[in-house]
Amino acid sequence: MDSTVQEKVVNIIKENFEAEVLSVESPYNFLTINLKKEKIIEIIQYLYDHNEARFQYLTTLCGIHYPDVKQIAVMYQLHSLTNNWRVRLKIYLPEENPVTPTLTTLYSAANWMERETYDFFGVKFTGHPDLRRILNVEDMIIHPLRKEYPLEDQTREDKKDFMFGR
Amino acid sequence: MANENIINPNTSVEQKQYSTLNLGPTHPATHGIFQNVLTMDGEVIVHSEPTIGYIHRAFEKLAERRPFYQITPITDRMNYCSSPINNIGWHMTVEKLIQAEIPKRVQYLRVIIMELARISDHIICNTVIGVDTGALTGFVYLFQFRELIYEIYEEICGARLTTNIGRIGGFERDFNDKAWKKIDKFLKEFPEALKEFENLVKRNRIFMDRTIGAGPISAERALNYSFSGPNLRAAGVDYDVRVMNPYSSYEDFDFKIPVGLNGDTYDRFMVRQEEMWESMNIIKQAIEKMPSGPHYSPNVPDFYLPPKQEVYNNMEALIYHFKIVMGETDVPKGEVYHCVEGGNGELGFYLISDGGRTPFRLHMRRPCFIYYQAYAEMIKGTNISDAILTMSSMNVIAGELDA
Repeated sequence: MDSTVQEKVVNIIKENFEAEVLSVESPYNFLTINLKKEKIIEIIQYLYDHNEARFQYLTTLCGIHYPDVKQIAVMYQLHSLTNNWRVRLKIYLPEENPVTPTLTTLYSAANWMERETYDFFGVKFTGHPDLRRILNVEDMIIHPLRKEYPLEDQTREDKKDFMFGR
Repeated sequence: MANENIINPNTSVEQKQYSTLNLGPTHPATHGIFQNVLTMDGEVIVHSEPTIGYIHRAFEKLAERRPFYQITPITDRMNYCSSPINNIGWHMTVEKLIQAEIPKRVQYLRVIIMELARISDHIICNTVIGVDTGALTGFVYLFQFRELIYEIYEEICGARLTTNIGRIGGFERDFNDKAWKKIDKFLKEFPEALKEFENLVKRNRIFMDRTIGAGPISAERALNYSFSGPNLRAAGVDYDVRVMNPYSSYEDFDFKIPVGLNGDTYDRFMVRQEEMWESMNIIKQAIEKMPSGPHYSPNVPDFYLPPKQEVYNNMEALIYHFKIVMGETDVPKGEVYHCVEGGNGELGFYLISDGGRTPFRLHMRRPCFIYYQAYAEMIKGTNISDAILTMSSMNVIAGELDA
């Protein structure tokens, strides 16, 4: 996406939601907009209905944990198939209680993506029709993709250093 | 046939009760580990409750502990019917991150491999639709050519199923004469076999009766469910990443994007069938236009392993070799999204790098995971035989679904 198109998309959002935009960046030429968390669904709805933009295809949705700032980001990546525009929207939620409204009202595809995000990051999507774990077992008590859970089980006894003469 | 009218909620049959049927987790007709708890009204499916995650292997978490080149074997195990596409998609993501310039020849060689992988993916899907409708012949017959494709992989990278093909920056070696001969053999013999397979099923009355109208989805619903790949195109939307966001020089080739009309099993079958012809067309063009040059990018010594004899005789090569193998090369910070047209649709890698030896976060957009959630809606009101066909025609791959 060239920079004029990117500006255009930013202006479309700023027309109605100027106050919601935290920052705009373009890493590797991919428009990324950081937004305040409160009105995210309204903004996506607006982009969906907008006559010119028509971001009606939800490419993907995922969580990102930033332990340094104690935040969990939810990334929405939208695609406007009519214009071939792509945009990445990010909101930041507090680590201890990440809650945000669901996007399933707009895109059916968001259902499992949100379940996956809940499963791995513990983000609670209010209004989601069926917010259960999806890939992990149901009685799991942690949200494994958070950074506080290292890849290997720290309680393991069979991999202690002395076993390897260290 | 899908017909919502079959279920009449006001039916006043006394003692009417629904029965529950477990389709899966390991049912021979689902070709993989999928569980669907079906609520049945006689033969008609009223409701379906899919459970997934039986072969979840935590790829996204694993990737956070591995250097970039060690993530390639992980991607193999997603869509294992066309793993070269996953591998090359991943290589291209990292190349985008490190802003490596890739020689034209490498791009063309990659196109050949990716299109071969697409053909082998579609061979599996389409012949299995045949098997599920009772035509085992096509399956056995076309699998010879899948075998031939695997032999081509073998010549190039040494592996067959989980290929781990190529490296960041190019291929480990140029295609040898044997590989080229096998590609030529494939291009010469496969069209005949594919034509024969088509003659066998395409206008076959039994096949058509079974597949036309089975598990349909409209274009609007398909887009709402973020379908991509052949399943979306069968519903009539001409979205193909190869054309929309060309990568690896796809813009140099002239090919058609087949689309369907009704989004039913027959359309999905036909779209894949036509795509195989187009893929062969692309491979022929790539061979014709094949530029000369190196089979790897000389600009990324930090990522592309030096030749072994260099490692033994040259200090710089030894240092690079050590750095690459130990994963000590510096990568820039940044966020990249790169998508390729996989066998099943838009396969995307969203990579966040914090400059460390491993990704800070890697999210994979797996097309299967996204479109399989529409399955419950698509089979509602049909009967079990249609549900089986719908699943095999959607080409749901358990590895990609569960990651």
